[in-house]
Amino acid sequence: MSVELLNFIETVLNGLMSGVMYSLVALGFVLIFKASGVFNFAQGVFALFAALTLVGYQTGQVPFAHLINELFGTNYHNWYASMPNFLAILLTMVTMIALAWIIERLVLKHLVNQDPIILFMATIGLAFALEGVGDLMWGSDVKVLDVGIPSGGSIWLEEATIGLAAEGSDYYGMYVDVLNIWATVIAVILVVSLALFSQYTKTGRALRAVADDHQAALSVGISLRSIWILVWAISGFIAMVAGIMWGTESGVQFSLSLIALKALPVLILGGFTSIPGAIIGGLLIGVGEKLAEIYIGGYFETGALENWFAYVMALVFLLFRPQGLFGDKIIERV
Amino acid sequence: MIYKETGQYKSSYKSDHAIFPLLQDKIAFSTLMFIAFLIIPFVINSYWEKAILVPFLIFSLAAIGLNILTGYCGQVSLGTGGFMAVGAFSTYKIMTSFPDMNIMIIILISGLITAAVGIIFGLPSLRIKGFYLAVATLASQFFLVWLFNKVPWFYNYSDTGQITVSERTMFGVPVTGAEAPSYATYLFCLVLVVVLSFAAKNLIRSKMGRSWMAIRDMDIAAEIIGVPPLKTKLSAFAISSFYIGVAGALYFAVFLGAIEVTESFDIMTISFPVLFMIIIGGLGSMLGSFLGAAFVVTLPIGLKFLMVDMVGLSAVTAKHFEITIWGLLMIVFLIVEPHGLARLWSIAKEKLRRWPFPY
Repeated sequence: MSVELLNFIETVLNGLMSGVMYSLVALGFVLIFKASGVFNFAQGVFALFAALTLVGYQTGQVPFAHLINELFGTNYHNWYASMPNFLAILLTMVTMIALAWIIERLVLKHLVNQDPIILFMATIGLAFALEGVGDLMWGSDVKVLDVGIPSGGSIWLEEATIGLAAEGSDYYGMYVDVLNIWATVIAVILVVSLALFSQYTKTGRALRAVADDHQAALSVGISLRSIWILVWAISGFIAMVAGIMWGTESGVQFSLSLIALKALPVLILGGFTSIPGAIIGGLLIGVGEKLAEIYIGGYFETGALENWFAYVMALVFLLFRPQGLFGDKIIERV
Repeated sequence: MIYKETGQYKSSYKSDHAIFPLLQDKIAFSTLMFIAFLIIPFVINSYWEKAILVPFLIFSLAAIGLNILTGYCGQVSLGTGGFMAVGAFSTYKIMTSFPDMNIMIIILISGLITAAVGIIFGLPSLRIKGFYLAVATLASQFFLVWLFNKVPWFYNYSDTGQITVSERTMFGVPVTGAEAPSYATYLFCLVLVVVLSFAAKNLIRSKMGRSWMAIRDMDIAAEIIGVPPLKTKLSAFAISSFYIGVAGALYFAVFLGAIEVTESFDIMTISFPVLFMIIIGGLGSMLGSFLGAAFVVTLPIGLKFLMVDMVGLSAVTAKHFEITIWGLLMIVFLIVEPHGLARLWSIAKEKLRRWPFPY
């Protein structure tokens, strides 16, 4: 194989794996949008909040330590030195479920039947509030998150591919981050278990019923409220997984919440209402972005195409299929 | 009693079509204009200018622009920051290329350039709507900010990537640059805001404005009764972008003086706050644009005063608190009054009308 071809394959592989990360975030959006019709802008901040909470539990930080210290002149910092990863993740999950419950009780319940734009603005408010609370609780400094997922280049893949190039060419093998491989594996497990859950359990069927038609679901005795709490909790869980992955890669900091903006083009590409759409859209955008960076980015001299390339890609796509790849067909009546 | 319209007869089409049909409104508006033009310029100081009045005027203009697009024409846009950046950078480029041109003309030309850009980015609206469109307008936000950040021609190849305003005068008094007196920058913005608001108000009452509202209320039905969607949607994008572009030009030239595009026109600092202004003020209401801008501009100042000066928190913690309270207030507001401050005002008017003797 020629070096160009191998480089191309490497780019596609890396693109697919970063696409999985986008899909993870987009998945949370789709679940909430399908079940409650809310375009949840706070999904990215969910991921940030989950990651912050996880680090906080791991290192035994006292919540609101800064605030308490400033108000009362005390000097609290840590309760304990460390906590097992498993326990910390479990506690974070409980926190995210509690958060979902609080959001349903305090926000969603009061906004039933409002315009979608109002609900959207409310989730922007939620994003601000959660970000503020997260910073107040755990401090806004950049934190290192380590739950034992290995990272760094995969030596095995590098050695396996180094022989593929033609004799005498300068080829050092493919570089793929192990963390991304783990992310892919976990994402696949997550999606499969979600699919099984919604296909084979009673709650899962109720979930799909609500997604199809709110009123019909109500009329056969499904409690909308408990389903909403459940869906927001699942999204919180997905956000936690995304937060762990992104946080391990680049540290837990404010910019983590901006992955929500990364997931939006994935959503319009795949369609707001389709779980397979979120996954395939994420993969397409991941590959497209990486290829553009390498093959088109050179012509611009300025680089950093990734900020907007995904959006333009999604836009061009929308011109041909306004409902996205797998979205429900838009039927308009007067 | 206070808002009684009894006895105020409209005997001509002209009085029927007046912007302020009620005497009380006329009096209130004239008083406001009197205070704004003849009292504030004499008592204004630098703090009021920089912290409250000038940002309020500039953001009112941006809010009117977005309200035309989102409130009147029903096309949700999240690209306000990008369009304001277009206004700012066109001002800078024209200013440095034609040093003798009058600042007022420069700002209006920047508005026209932004309008042209707005038409281009409005094209997807012909095909998609709702949240799909909202996300599509985000493309303009990211693309434009990237463009101004990465293409050196736009900032005249300066090393820092910053653009800085040079001094320009109106009637011999500097209105831009560090030397400009407070009353001059304030009056400059005020004149533009008043003139452009009247223009917008009249535009909305014209055929064009009515077709915007028809498209907003139901686009297919509007198309069937003969409202051309292409012309209507693109004109809304163009005019909305004109207002936002002028706001961006003022934001750069008069208010900040020196900007760095990724910080000043970020989605979190411009696009969402302006969208919040029109929602909290009232979608599809001129008054709402002003009320929303006033609320959003003064709230952080009030919160900071409360946190840092009264309670004595450090600036960082106060900032976190501010974000939290800001978010919570947004939610509370949307729950309590989703139709915004303008709706509260109309309820108050209704109450005032029968005030001492409600039935």
